Amino acid sequence: MATLRERRAESPSAVTLAFDVPGWPGHLAGQHVDVRLTAEDGYRAQRSYSIASAPGGEGLELTVQRVDDGEVSPYLTDALEAGDPVELRGPVGGWFVWRPGDPSPVLLVGGGSGIVPLMAMVRTRRASGATAPFRLVYSVRTPADRLYVPELPGATVLYTRTAPPGEPRAPGRLTRADLAAVPPSDCFVCGPTGFVEAAADLLVDLGHDPARIRTERFGPTGG
Amino acid sequence: MTTHLDGNAIAGPLREIFAVDLTAAIGTCAHCRARGPLAEAEVYTRAPGAVARCARCGEVVLRLVRAEGRAWLDLHGLQSVEIRLPA
Repeated sequence: MATLRERRAESPSAVTLAFDVPGWPGHLAGQHVDVRLTAEDGYRAQRSYSIASAPGGEGLELTVQRVDDGEVSPYLTDALEAGDPVELRGPVGGWFVWRPGDPSPVLLVGGGSGIVPLMAMVRTRRASGATAPFRLVYSVRTPADRLYVPELPGATVLYTRTAPPGEPRAPGRLTRADLAAVPPSDCFVCGPTGFVEAAADLLVDLGHDPARIRTERFGPTGG
Repeated sequence: MTTHLDGNAIAGPLREIFAVDLTAAIGTCAHCRARGPLAEAEVYTRAPGAVARCARCGEVVLRLVRAEGRAWLDLHGLQSVEIRLPA
């Protein structure tokens, strides 16, 4: 069982929730937890959320994007208060993970809230003093949708709907040019299914080894 | 259009059953013999359970149905699973 310690707004529709979890075993960057809510009548709903924080201490942070007609996310983003208990299971997932001991160059490609597990990788790299070269390409709809702005000064941000004033790239979906000129890397791609498949195809097309591309899709059933 | 997720989405329910993470295990598809991590299988969750399909041939490799106090796991679409054990 986890207890909400604090909440911080990340964007108009996304909130970071910091939980205390006594006995938390630690986690790997990229892993997720399953959050289970049980209503008074016994009805249960469960959703997976990526861990946003680097491991350390007895707890973790999740960043939750509100899905307006969702069953779980509006409760987490709007109703949950400090001190409230939540049933968390995890950490889970052993494939979409980055380990600080790996010196290989890394390319992170995130679409929307697909940035969350990639942020855990960036934070874990920073916290561990690892020196593997990291490159981040982050696709968002509008400037207001960006998460973690102060922590990602070096990210390449692509806007799909509305770009900020002075942005030379016209708003639009990820293209081959957006991913060009990246040396061979371990690639981590996370986002909605369509984004992930388009990005993975572009990476293969650009000559990246498919065996070095790891993907994680989140879907319309979320919320 | 039915949109799929991937094997990462069933890491939690599988971890509830197995002692190690199964999504990083390398499965061999019983239909086309493709080898790959279960994390990269196509997973459909808009059903009474989760259905995982081979990313290459699309045949079913795993089905998992969970109910109160019980789980049903169908692995007949996997010829084998290679599991890396903790050192």
